[in-house]
Amino acid sequence: MEKQIAGKNITVNEEGYLTNLNEWDKDVATEIAQEEGITLEEAHWPVLEYLQNQHKNEVALTIRKVGKSGVIDIKGFYALFPGGPLKKASRIAGIPKPVSCI
Amino acid sequence: MRQVVILGAGTAGTLMANHLTKSLPQNEYAVTIVDQRKEHHYQPGYLFIPFGIYSKEDVLKPIEKFIPGKAQYVQESIDRVKPDEDQVVLANGEVLPYDLLIIATGTDIAPQEIEGMDGPYWRKNIFDFYTLEGALALHEKIKDFKEGHLVVHIAEMPIKCPVAPLEFAFLADAYFREKGLRENIEITYVTPMDGAFTKPVATAKLQHLLDEKGIEVVPNFSIMEVNGEAQKIIDYEGREVSYDVLVTVPTNMGAGYVERSGFGDELNFVPTDKATLQSKVKPNIFVIGDATDVPASKAGSVAHFEGEILLENVQRFLDNKPLKAEFDGHANCFVETGHGKALLIDFNYTHEPVPGTFPIPGLGPLRLLEESRMNHLGKLAFKWIYWNMLITGKHIPFVSSKMNTAGKEYAEVTA
Repeated sequence: MEKQIAGKNITVNEEGYLTNLNEWDKDVATEIAQEEGITLEEAHWPVLEYLQNQHKNEVALTIRKVGKSGVIDIKGFYALFPGGPLKKASRIAGIPKPVSCI
Repeated sequence: MRQVVILGAGTAGTLMANHLTKSLPQNEYAVTIVDQRKEHHYQPGYLFIPFGIYSKEDVLKPIEKFIPGKAQYVQESIDRVKPDEDQVVLANGEVLPYDLLIIATGTDIAPQEIEGMDGPYWRKNIFDFYTLEGALALHEKIKDFKEGHLVVHIAEMPIKCPVAPLEFAFLADAYFREKGLRENIEITYVTPMDGAFTKPVATAKLQHLLDEKGIEVVPNFSIMEVNGEAQKIIDYEGREVSYDVLVTVPTNMGAGYVERSGFGDELNFVPTDKATLQSKVKPNIFVIGDATDVPASKAGSVAHFEGEILLENVQRFLDNKPLKAEFDGHANCFVETGHGKALLIDFNYTHEPVPGTFPIPGLGPLRLLEESRMNHLGKLAFKWIYWNMLITGKHIPFVSSKMNTAGKEYAEVTA
């Protein structure tokens, strides 16, 4: 489905995750973050970039992986994206939600 | 004589030994398989042990019974792989040179990764059911458990058989209901994911099971520590869940020699091409089953489907032909829901589990993503299929390596 985000028509799935990372930009991220109750600041961007790079390399993301990335530790990750950091940060980064098999 | 060495004689390694000894000319290739254990474990059976449905005897058989006579079995631990020298070094110092290596050493629980888990309360009131020892200890605990809070918990992803903790919660609900104790026992399901179900169709179709069974779900819980004395688990945001009995799926990690060899990821899984199953370590190293880092489920069915494609690619590699990029992430799992019923799910990298018929499109006889007695009988029958067909490398009729989209109700094809 299409959704207006930051004045653009963006394709998202039923849970509001982007289905095409090419449609992502910083304005889109900022608006999605606001929906999640997060105001993006300088510290958020390197984390989002890391998640996007891992996704492009087809690496399955986990909290542990983020914690060992050298970009941020787990507590810092929670502080930036409270209440489900991987899920929220993935949506803001324009990449799919981390899922289990069902 | 060219040497093919397989590390690990579990589901994936054993089925590859059977495939390869049947397919490779015996006068050109020697197949060697290494494992430290003497027994082959039917791991899907662990789930039934805590409830007294299976005993130890149901899940153990001598490992050598399933290793083909044409393969050499070496019972020893692995010290490390030296990719630059094409050698495996065993714990006893013996060196196995190889032309082609297949890594099939799976994954194991690592409770030491979570602070406080592996302490004095481990297997007293903190249990796993991903090992035979853990499942047996848990049986002793829950057979006398009459009241209190049972917490079923996943530490972090990825885990082997991601549906197993959910099955455990469903079976525990049925077990205590049948004993007339359910009113006195609270069951909570604690997961690092955003729900017990994470895919849209499965959530829509199956959420009712949790409601009907009265299982509370605590989502988005990334565990920081277990406080064994206070009997509670604590996450990174300071949330706490108290328990009387904690049934946890600890962190899952690949084998220790992978780390010593210097090529694993942060969980000792081996970087692997998700379509060809060739490692990213070196072209003559291939990986199968739970040991890979591919984004497929860690499950026996996945190892089985990978096996048919890996056999083809090993032959192609040995003949200097290009590899086939054919593995699609296909998985097929029975999910026990209690009271003699089960679900069946069939999915791959790109297609989530949906309703439909299996294995014959339109006919079944099994229904996908729907509770039935037939599916439960399928799960029980699978034990026979496992011992007699799956690990011996026989083709299972009507079930193809690549997932079949026919007979499935997709709203739209997801890409």
